[in-house]
Amino acid sequence: MISAGIDVGAKNVKVLIQEDGKVLGKGSVLAGLDMGADIKEAFDAAFKDAGIARDKVEKLYATGAGRNEVKDADDSYTEVGADAAGVAYLYPEARTVIDVGAEEGRAIRVDERGKVVDFAINERCAAGAGAFTEAMARALEMPLEELGKISLTSTKAVPMNAQCAVFGESEVVSLIHQKTEKRDIARAVHDAMATRITSMARRVGVQPEVALIGGVAKNVGFVESLERDLELEVMIPDDPEFVSALGAALLAAGIAK
Amino acid sequence: MKANYGYKDGSGEFFITLDTDRCTACGDCVEACPYGVLEVVDDPVDPLSDVQVAVVTEAERKKIKYTCGPCKPVVDRPPLPCMTACPEDVIAHSW
Amino acid sequence: MAEDTNSKEYWRWTESNWRDPDIDWKAGEIISVGIDVGSVSSQAVILVDGKLYAYSNMRTGSDSPKSAENAMDWALEGTGMTQDDIHYVVGTGYGRVNVPFAKRAITEIACHARGANFMYGPTIKTVLDMGGQDCKAIRVDQKGKVVAFLMNDKCAAGTGRGMEVFANLLGIHITEVGEMSLRVEEEPPMVSSTCVVFAKSEASGLLREGWPKEKVLAAYCLAMAHRVVDLLERLGVEEDFAITGGIGKNVGVVSRIEKELGIKALKPTLDTQIAGALGGALFARALEQKGRKSK
Ligand code: SF4
Ligand code: SF4
Repeated sequence: MISAGIDVGAKNVKVLIQEDGKVLGKGSVLAGLDMGADIKEAFDAAFKDAGIARDKVEKLYATGAGRNEVKDADDSYTEVGADAAGVAYLYPEARTVIDVGAEEGRAIRVDERGKVVDFAINERCAAGAGAFTEAMARALEMPLEELGKISLTSTKAVPMNAQCAVFGESEVVSLIHQKTEKRDIARAVHDAMATRITSMARRVGVQPEVALIGGVAKNVGFVESLERDLELEVMIPDDPEFVSALGAALLAAGIAK
Repeated sequence: MKANYGYKDGSGEFFITLDTDRCTACGDCVEACPYGVLEVVDDPVDPLSDVQVAVVTEAERKKIKYTCGPCKPVVDRPPLPCMTACPEDVIAHSW
Repeated sequence: MAEDTNSKEYWRWTESNWRDPDIDWKAGEIISVGIDVGSVSSQAVILVDGKLYAYSNMRTGSDSPKSAENAMDWALEGTGMTQDDIHYVVGTGYGRVNVPFAKRAITEIACHARGANFMYGPTIKTVLDMGGQDCKAIRVDQKGKVVAFLMNDKCAAGTGRGMEVFANLLGIHITEVGEMSLRVEEEPPMVSSTCVVFAKSEASGLLREGWPKEKVLAAYCLAMAHRVVDLLERLGVEEDFAITGGIGKNVGVVSRIEKELGIKALKPTLDTQIAGALGGALFARALEQKGRKSK
């Protein structure tokens, strides 16, 4: 069956189309003012990518903070449910799912059948999500990707005291003034962020294997800091930011339950 | 005196309240806490007395939500080590 | 005062110093000093036998010890007094451990409580201090002793720093925010995100929707007031009530706090920014007396 999942996140709207567990196409757009238009645009992009017409999709499930905006969805799931379904399909061996998006961090414990056992969420504070690294990259005047890369070359652990994205920016600026190397600042940023994510994950109990998903999973600097903090390696899929949408699509198709 | 250490941020309120009038500075909570959140020092808000009381360390005040996280699993939360250890019922957590 | 060209400076006020010409400090027995090195401003207060003699209030530089020296020097200016004439110095504020000539460092909470008691008299029960980088709420007894307190310096929401982010976003001067936010016919719903980062994106959205700046500011001042009242409620508010610190000068926030609490804040008789240093100087006097007695 061809089904679609849409993840209406705080920052991006993502659509994924699948057939019998195989991904046919994906589309992602930055969320703006007009949610309806963004949703349509993300669908159009995904259909174009899949090369199929819209009426081929038999079922559509929605997830994400704005899931209720998707008027023609057949059903909707929480992000936690969609994350668990997506990860269970990609990594059946995963027992812990860590999802770090732009505005929210989540840790989910799942059982052998991919069912959610419990979860914890960091929300409504930018310091606990991707918005933190984005703000720090801005303060360092470098693209996010660069921030991740140079973090890997750091030779020194510098502590970061600010636990707020706003105060963090000022701290980064003063570190620059003190002539701290940018790569060490980058690592400080990722270490700080990783500590917050790890302690959230410890609230559900970190059991291997651990899957890391969400847009922030693409930040190699953060991944390194997180693995150091967790003292284990995490599994990261190719398109970590599409896992929620994938989960929704699989749930729609009945492949995941 | 009710000393509230911690913060409120976008995600919620996270305060450890220490009722210092009852604190005997025995240090049992300091021993019990696995993450060094508490310490016993000269009362920082009563500089003219020589009384010692428990406080949340300066380094932890901005991150207790995270540091105390492992003591507070989302399900089957056990009694908190710090609160259990205190014989005088000084410590309260807001979350 | 030199023209401030640094647009990143988030709290502006006029630097000032003051001295009571009627006091002859040479006749005094105990000369005590409190120095408050805050993140944005530094103050020095000189007391002669417990009477306010002189003070200074200036910007904190990048170097705490230097800022303490500067504030001290400026308070001493024109007095004929030198540092050698001072019996006891207490340092407070976030740079308190870096006041080179202080005999002792005392926390802001203790000093603010004591300073407010001096400023407003023994009837003061609740003090809200809204600074550039933190927000403190203190309950005091009639002697200025702390009964309960909380201090929030983790999150930028509810601080001058948070307000500055908004002033920058709207391209208006921080000192105009308060007045401007009152120029709305009707209070809009408050900005729903507490987090400054998320509130900023929310506000950008409102601007794109065509909200005038006044309305956006009103929505933010309202949110800030609500948040602070929430914090205060943890301690309970008892009159007399006073608001000190930089945001204490922002009518847009203060009037909304008063409205939500249903209580009016006392009007200050002195520059409220010296509350911490004043408390420090009062402690310095008490500590000097204690020291002399034990000799
Ligand atoms: S909850 Fe745990 S980490 Fe937090 S203060 Fe108590 S014992 Fe320490
Ligand atoms: S302003 Fe800072 S601490 Fe407050 S919620 Fe936002 S990021 Fe978190």
